Amino acid sequence: MMFSFVLWCLYPALKLYSLRSDRVRALVAEKNFVVQIQVKDCSRGRWYQFENGRVTSGRMLRGDVDVGVRFKTARLGTKILVNMCSGMFHLAHPILRPFLDPLAVVNAVKNFAMEVDGEDELTLHFTDLMNAMLTHHWDQGFALPNDEVRYVNQTNGGPVFVYVKNGRIIRITPIEFDDDDADPWTIEARGRQFTPPRRTTLAPHGLASKSLIYSKKRLLHPLKRIDFDPTGERNPQNRGTSGYERISWDEALDLAAGEIKRINREHGHGAIFNSHSSHHTWGNIGYYLSSNIRFMNAIGCTKMVLNPDSWEGWFWGASHHYGYTMRMGIAEPYGQVEDCLKEAEMIVFWASDPESTCGSYAAFEGTVRRQWARQLGIKMVHIDPYKNETANWLGGKWIPIIPGTGPALAHAIAYVWITDDLYDKDYVEQRTTGFEKYRAYLLGEDDGIPKSPQWQEPETGVKAHIVRALAREWGSKKTYLSCGGKGVGFGGANRAATGAQWARSMVCLMAMQGLGKPGINFGNLTAGTPVDMQFYFPGYADGGISGDMEGTGDPVQNYQRMPHLISINTSNQKIPRLRIPEAILDGETEGYPTDPKSLEGQFQRFSYPSAGHSRIKMMYKYGGSHFGTTMESNRLAIAYRSDSLEFVLNQSIWDEGEARFADLILPACTNFERTDIGEWASSGGYGHHNFNQLNHRVITLQHKCIEPLGESKSDFQIFLELSKRLGLSAYFGEAKTEIQWCREQFLSSDISKSISWKNFLKKGYYVVPPENNQANRAPTSMRWFAEGRKKDVPEPSPLPAEYGEEYLRGLQTQSGKFEFEPQSLKRFDQDPERPPLNRYIPAWEGRQTKDIYRRYPLQLITPHPRFSFHTNGDGKDSVINDIEHHRSLIDGHYFWIARLNPLDAEARDILERDLVRLYNDRGSVICAAMLSERVTPGVVHSYESSAEYQPVGEPGKSPDIGGCVNILTPKRHMTPNTSASAPNSCLIQIEKCARETIQP
Amino acid sequence: MTKWNLIIDLAECHNCNNCVIACKDEYVGNDRPGYSAPQPLHGHRWIDIKTRERGRFPHVDVSYLPSMCNHCDDAPCVVHGNGAVIKRDDGIVIIDPAKAKGRRDIAESCPYDAIWWNDALDLPQAWTFDAHLLDSGWKHPRCVQSCPTGAMRAIKVTDQEMARLTVEENLETLRPELKTKPRVYYKNLFRFSKIFVAGEVLMNVNGTVDCAAGAQVTLSSGGKSLGSTQSGTFGEFTLDGLAPNTGDCELTVSHQEFSPQTIALDVADESLVVGTIVLNRNR
Repeated sequence: MMFSFVLWCLYPALKLYSLRSDRVRALVAEKNFVVQIQVKDCSRGRWYQFENGRVTSGRMLRGDVDVGVRFKTARLGTKILVNMCSGMFHLAHPILRPFLDPLAVVNAVKNFAMEVDGEDELTLHFTDLMNAMLTHHWDQGFALPNDEVRYVNQTNGGPVFVYVKNGRIIRITPIEFDDDDADPWTIEARGRQFTPPRRTTLAPHGLASKSLIYSKKRLLHPLKRIDFDPTGERNPQNRGTSGYERISWDEALDLAAGEIKRINREHGHGAIFNSHSSHHTWGNIGYYLSSNIRFMNAIGCTKMVLNPDSWEGWFWGASHHYGYTMRMGIAEPYGQVEDCLKEAEMIVFWASDPESTCGSYAAFEGTVRRQWARQLGIKMVHIDPYKNETANWLGGKWIPIIPGTGPALAHAIAYVWITDDLYDKDYVEQRTTGFEKYRAYLLGEDDGIPKSPQWQEPETGVKAHIVRALAREWGSKKTYLSCGGKGVGFGGANRAATGAQWARSMVCLMAMQGLGKPGINFGNLTAGTPVDMQFYFPGYADGGISGDMEGTGDPVQNYQRMPHLISINTSNQKIPRLRIPEAILDGETEGYPTDPKSLEGQFQRFSYPSAGHSRIKMMYKYGGSHFGTTMESNRLAIAYRSDSLEFVLNQSIWDEGEARFADLILPACTNFERTDIGEWASSGGYGHHNFNQLNHRVITLQHKCIEPLGESKSDFQIFLELSKRLGLSAYFGEAKTEIQWCREQFLSSDISKSISWKNFLKKGYYVVPPENNQANRAPTSMRWFAEGRKKDVPEPSPLPAEYGEEYLRGLQTQSGKFEFEPQSLKRFDQDPERPPLNRYIPAWEGRQTKDIYRRYPLQLITPHPRFSFHTNGDGKDSVINDIEHHRSLIDGHYFWIARLNPLDAEARDILERDLVRLYNDRGSVICAAMLSERVTPGVVHSYESSAEYQPVGEPGKSPDIGGCVNILTPKRHMTPNTSASAPNSCLIQIEKCARETIQP
Repeated sequence: MTKWNLIIDLAECHNCNNCVIACKDEYVGNDRPGYSAPQPLHGHRWIDIKTRERGRFPHVDVSYLPSMCNHCDDAPCVVHGNGAVIKRDDGIVIIDPAKAKGRRDIAESCPYDAIWWNDALDLPQAWTFDAHLLDSGWKHPRCVQSCPTGAMRAIKVTDQEMARLTVEENLETLRPELKTKPRVYYKNLFRFSKIFVAGEVLMNVNGTVDCAAGAQVTLSSGGKSLGSTQSGTFGEFTLDGLAPNTGDCELTVSHQEFSPQTIALDVADESLVVGTIVLNRNR
């Protein structure tokens, strides 16, 4: 009886909503079809007929239905539909909100107790109609008195208010909190109280979003390469040079789905390759680890293995001494803001420019804390080949160093600590192993060469007296070491031939000083704020809607909280990101995995192709970032033009980078044009508690601020449309729209206990109250280790099996202690450039490699960019281009900037803002010269990650005026048995270049 | 009567360019009758940042000077404008986008080059202090809102209060000799307008040369001290805030137990890096 009643309810509800909701009315009118919902045994049911905008319904089951929904029992049907159908009357009784019990649906579907059949086109249309009714009252945004609506969204550089008027974005700003938002934390240090301001900060690339959204380089229509004929000549050799013609979405999707089917049919397992950037536009639904993975797992594909680009030296090197493989070799980031402000007497910044690189996604949140440190009189030292912005702004001693020689300086510092008796002998004795061997190496007892300040001077260019002064100051003051932009981890020095050596030497230095004792730790006040670490909200690497069991944190974090179907990629084939060109051109390559589970995971070599798999024949590329971020990037241009790739599809927002090397371009919209949900700087397992870089945890409902521009669509929608053509739409979308998925994420997290869905939808953000109870704040990193206690910081790694003896006792190393000579490397011991004892081995490309240095006497360093987030924000006609320290407008073209010392410029007759050719055997890039005394002579400083690749002639074989300086950097791995990149070991020459010689 | 003033601290600006971008975001593509016509996407920088590098490797610093319409009390553009440029009661100068059409002379009248010429619209344009936002209740302009270091402050106070703050915080305006009475004030402007003398002091102890911390470094001219400081941990010293073109000077470096040294310097218009000074033991 109940089931019949529930089904009857749907009929008046449809009529009522047709009257009240434009969207429902439009969907009802759009198609003529019949839906029948019934019990499998045909004992009960009801049909609904949609004809020319009218709805009729009846109880007598019929045979001519287009969409059939069948439940095993009436009881199950009632359970699933009751709240939805009765709630449909909420227009009359607002208390009755319609909803579907997602767990009941997922269970019914998984057990085949609920079935839907019909053409995907119609089943999807029917669920769209139901969803339009379910979400009818979900109003987004905050109306302002002046006809503007204030929405909220999130960028890679911070959350934002988005002001919209008449369907157009007026402005994008950081968020200033209102009286209802939680008050921030306070830290007491040295008799003073420190509280961050009640606002969010925003990185330049986030602030420039409006210009990116309305960029003239937006892809607004599906495009097919003009000389690409899927049934005839494909002309792969013309990729990157041919033009495009506009086609309809139907044509584009039919072409894409047809090729997916054909490639799988003709070539078999692994023939489709999915390649994407390491980051994406923000949002847990639209992220590449969410919708993209869900779809790719559903069709099966060869996956790309991301090497830890920004962590290389930490992952392949430092981790062997002390663990933290789950963090790619970066130590736990807890409590350091408070400890540093209370206890530290000095901060040594080494390859660390947090004011430029903004932590990871953390905007300028650490800026105010570094100002506090300056006010407290904490001394600052900066070791960098370039006097970076942090050094210049914060003040303190700048120690310039020849790139790639950091480990030699570190060894000499350790040498002085030994000879001057300035290290923590008790700590070394109790908490470490292997020190005697390191000591013998430093003193020259094993090789006859003391690693003294004099020894390192010709290597590093740092005078011996400076080294002694630094070592003595460091050895006698409680010191924080900021090695890399985030305080621990990252840093240009770890992406060089000596990157693993450098990161290893950093952790060895800290082990000698008593890492974890008060005032002695890693950090630069970027990470380790006392925000609430227990309040759960999924980060992007928790997988969003992917259901992915292998490549995301979904099974760890959200699978048990958010009912959804799992997904698994059935292909075992993988390609290392840095070897994509070799996989395409040579048909074979190999790599080492970024396996975070154990110290040994990274040793497990894999090869391409996998046994029994097809080589890749189709590339499904997501965005266009790889020219700017791939070493020796000309390889990639050449690979794209190879006939071994039969079909290249690029799903991209902008016409940039690789997009124009595709046969088919599907235009995606930005996150400002779709609904999504996400927390600021929260990357889930890719950086557990990454949000503790922030002054305030801010969770946002990322409003759909404007309609998608042109014909662009959200990534989710594109995958759904493709799924429809592959019979996968019910599996891919689970009959939910993006905003419904947002609600599932909302319900799965602690935020649903703190703010109502309705208010969250309207306001768009929630500030998680900080932890002001001292007892609940996370303890300081490594304090437990320094004091010989069980691990007490709130991170779920290392995994239980990684503790040698007793769970939570000791580090991830075999001994549980800090190992100066790691057991893991001793056992592996196949890598001549990664010896168990961290001996200094000069870079394989640098001033010591005389044969190359003679021809190319300048060292190119390519740090992470200041004004863009890798390629995001750069190029594409954005206002970031107008920043004179980012690009330089010369004769109508925005050239990338290369900085060099006036001495080197003078020797080459180069003046400020001259066009210069940077070149070596790998290629050449035309940049604008910027002369600066902040650059160490012999060094050229130019940020990595140009979004534009603009070869003046044949792609891959001619100079680039876009600014992809990675064309010049070596593809060689840091050490032979790693997949680590080492772009900062790069020798080049520069010459003045006349504009007319490079006209395209 | 309270009026708007902008205070910019050069010691805090680290060139993130958020003020430049926020200005673009606010004005590009947005028409605000009575206040401003749209700013072109490229080419204009109503808020701009100028850069000055001082010294030589490795004794070098760089400073950034955000610059914009000064909203002068005696503004040449208001005079030239003849009604097309108005001075509001709250101190803000607005170039009326309707009345100023075709008036290139207005753009040329600004001695600070802070008025931009919009070719497409045939219009002089400048930063309006975000008057349209302040008039609708905003507490500060967008450059202030987006500044991560607090290098910019916008305050609405009486002229008397501002005069007091000017003295208290040692604020300056750009080119005061023009007597235009700017409402944009700068703190630590010496980083742009003055020069430094910098170097490194070492000490030779029994043949080992080490950094000499705590050495007294004094610069004088004609017996009159121009500044003095102590060397830091690494023997480094910087005497900053010096007037350019002082001419012949003496730099004296002294340290207990060591023989003092005096170096003759010619202080010209650029900062001077004297390099390394090695002190030897007293005989």
